[in-house]
Formats: sequence, C-alpha cells, structure tokens
Amino acid sequence: MTAASPAAVRPIGFRGGLGMVRALVRRSANEILRVPGAAIPGVLAPTIFFLGLNAAFGNLTQLSGFTTDEYQSFIIPISMLQGAGFTGAATGVNLARDIEQGWFDRLLASPAPRPVLLAGMVVSASLRALIPATFLLGVGFLIGVNWPGAAGLLLALVLVMGTGAIAACWGVMIALRFRSQAAAPLMQSGMFVLVLTTTAYAPLELLQGWLAEIARINPLTQVVEAARQGFIEGAVVWSETWPGLLALAGMLSVLGALALRGMHHTSDH
Amino acid sequence: MADALRVVAALGRRSVRQTFRRPQLVAPILIFPTLLLAVQTGGAASAVDLPGFPAVNGFLDFMLAGAMLQAALLAGNTGGIALAVDLEMGFADRLFASPISRYAIVLGRLAGTATLGVATAIWFIAIGLIFGVEFEQGVVGMLTMVIFVSLCALVFGALSSAIALYTGQASVVQGLFPLVFVILFLSSAFFPAELMLEPAASIAEYNPLSFIATGVRDQVIGGLDAAVLAETLGAIALVGAISFALSAVALRRRLRIG
Repeated sequence: MTAASPAAVRPIGFRGGLGMVRALVRRSANEILRVPGAAIPGVLAPTIFFLGLNAAFGNLTQLSGFTTDEYQSFIIPISMLQGAGFTGAATGVNLARDIEQGWFDRLLASPAPRPVLLAGMVVSASLRALIPATFLLGVGFLIGVNWPGAAGLLLALVLVMGTGAIAACWGVMIALRFRSQAAAPLMQSGMFVLVLTTTAYAPLELLQGWLAEIARINPLTQVVEAARQGFIEGAVVWSETWPGLLALAGMLSVLGALALRGMHHTSDH
Repeated sequence: MADALRVVAALGRRSVRQTFRRPQLVAPILIFPTLLLAVQTGGAASAVDLPGFPAVNGFLDFMLAGAMLQAALLAGNTGGIALAVDLEMGFADRLFASPISRYAIVLGRLAGTATLGVATAIWFIAIGLIFGVEFEQGVVGMLTMVIFVSLCALVFGALSSAIALYTGQASVVQGLFPLVFVILFLSSAFFPAELMLEPAASIAEYNPLSFIATGVRDQVIGGLDAAVLAETLGAIALVGAISFALSAVALRRRLRIG
C-alpha cells in the first residue's frame, strides 16, 4: 500500500472551501440540536442583564441629556451585542476543547486551507449570535421596547452577527494561544469589556471619568450607536449607520488577521 | 471537636488553594465584579443627581457594597461547583469513607468560601481606598464590612452546597450562576430600591440581600445605626438558617443513597 504523495493532494478550490465552511456550520448547529442546554447560558445571561439593568437603572432616563425616556429601548442593543459577544467567545471555548481532545489537529491535517477553517468557525458564531438576539427581542417587545422598523431591525441583526464574528475571531485567537479551556474567562471578559466600555449605560455626554474617554475611542461605540438608532428614533439614517459598519469591518479585519496568524503559527508548530 | 476543627481547617485551606490555582474559578469571584464595578461606576455615575438618591461623595461609594456582595455570592456559587466536582470525581466519597464527621467535610468547604469572602471584601476595600472612597465608619466600618461579606459568602455558599449535595452535578450548580444576578438585580445592591422600576422595587424591599447590602453600604456612606446592623445580621441569619438546614438534609440524603 502506498501513501498519496503531497503533490497528489489538490487544492480544494472555492466550491470545496464553501462546502467545508458549510460542514463546519452544520457541525456547530448539530451541537445546539444535540445539546440544547449548552446554548442556554448564552441566552439567559444577556436576558437577565437586560431585565436587571432595566429594573435597576431604568430611572436614569430622568436625567437631563438622556436621549429617550424608555431605558429598555436604550439598552436592548447592548444586550443583543453582549449575547453575540458571549456566543462568539463560546466558539473559542469550543475550539479550545477541540484542541484539548485532538480533534482540531485532525482538521489541521486535512487539505482545508486555514482561512476556510476560520471562516467556518466565524460564520457559525455569526449565525449562533442570532439565537440570543431573537430571544432578547421577544422579551424586549413584551416589556415595551420600541419597534425599530424593518430597516432598524435588519441593521441591528447585521451588527449582532458582525459582533459575533469579532468575538469568534477573538476567542479563536485566545484558544490558539493558550490551547486550554482554562482560558475561557479571558475570552469572555475580553468581549464583556469591549461591549460595556461603550455608551452601554448612558449617552456619551453622561458618562464620567475614564469610561467617557474609553467609550469615545472604543470602535464598538459606533456599532452600538448604529444598532441603537432604530430602537430610539424609529428610523435609520446613513450618517449614523456607516461609522458602525466601518468600525465593524475594521475590527473584523484586524482580529480576523490575528486569528489567521494564530492558525498558521499553530500549523508551523 | 478539635479533630473536626482540624478537618474543617484543612479542607478550607484546600478549597482556597484550589480556587486560586484555577483562573476559571478566580475570574467570576474577582475579575467580573471588578470589571462590572468599573463600568457601572463610570456608566451610571450621573445617577447620584437623581432626586431621592442617597447623599454620597461619588457613585463608587454606593456601588462598592454591590460589588462586594456580587463577589460573595459568586464565591458561594464557586464553592458549590467545587463541591459538586469533588462528588463527581469521587474525592468526596473517599472523605465520607474516612473516620471524620461528615458535617465537617461540608463545613470545610464553606470555611474556604467564607475565607474567599474575606479576601473579596479586602480586595474591594483596597479598590475603594485607591479610588478615593471615604469610609464614614473608618477601620471599624471596614472590619464590619469584611465580616458581613464573609458571612454572606458563607450562607449563600451553604445554599449552593445544598444543591451540589442534592444533585451531585457541577453543571447544575454552575447553572445557578445567572440566578445570582437575578437575586442581585432584585435587591438594592446596585441601586436604591426606591429608585428602581416596579415590580423590582417592591421585590427589592423584601429581598434579604437588600438588608445585607444596606448594612455593608452604611459602613461607607452612613452613620452607625444599631437597627441597620440588627437587620443585616437578621437577614444573614435567615438565609443561613434556610441554607444550612437544606445542606444538612441534602447531606443526609446523599449519605443514605450513596
């Protein structure tokens, strides 16, 4: 019996790559279908934060400078992005588990290019981010969140998926660096900090001290503001949308490149 | 009695060491409450301008108690998870088979949780001092805070231990993690109850954690009030009576079913 020479292994091509991404997305979906309980924390945590923050800080809208008198409409995008952050970070935890169990080594040994493997994980995370977002929207509308309009809703969901992708890239990067599920708190707290150091609790004018400075330069603030406009103003305008999309594209490029670098580095070793 | 105390001390030490060796156990106790404290203090700082908000030097003065109690509750939950892991891995069975008091085994774990409560209280007092919190009750007040937070970790830890002993599954106890935030948000830990939205405001008025939060917070922003101290200890005793009774029942059941 002779082994196939490396020269005999042909590139998988675009369609093959697409099929590989689809297979990885299907695997991720199977995890949810087979262990539905695993998705619960990612849904429950942002929902509890949404309801809890609304109950505790709801009267902040009485402060002058607040852009709305409905706090639930103000913070629903934060909770949706937080859900996307948790779900995306879970991709990193799952990858760390796959690394620990040796399954990822088998993926690396396959002819699939590294960008395709990364794309499979990122697309899965983007789609999974819609689960907490949908649940939160249901709960939100029940307690009086404003209807953002079709365009506002679509934009919010696109931004949620993008944030899920960013979180996945971050999680993958950390998982490849530490190769252990023990790094899970770093994956989660990274996204936790990124989402909450924006205009999460109050408009920029009402933030104080270091948080105001950080929120001003945090690119995710633009994403939050873009997602929020539909819920607050009931309409979407391009001038408030493009900075969010640009910030998302920028973060995705940087973190995607770093995650990919981590994958190549892993293969080399 | 001396033997039992030695067991409690040894298992307590093991519990604390175990927590600090694993980043995934330290993170919920110290890192998340600290991050949340930092973000809430900057994000909702303007709340002090709301009519009816207690007189404070800054929002951090008010929030410090909430962060401490969050850490205490999470320390309790983490202790429960660790006990469940001991049950899953068979370590607890070996302890149960040894010639020591079974109650001392659970108390050892809880002693570790109470010690973590002390550590978290000191951590947040240090943060308060660094960032300019003025502790109205001075050193005595700080010591009182440490005691209240430690007792809070102990009684809520006993509740997690009861569930760990009853189910024997770490995943179930871990599932309580979000419930910790439900208890916190439905109390005055993060915001004055009278300024919260209904129905949370009404629930917070009767939530025992609100009384504990007031007792801890008053050491920073209030005067020495015997009634508040009594209410705080009463709330801790109430939660403790329920949680220790549940733990004892769960332990007896576990020993019976093996």
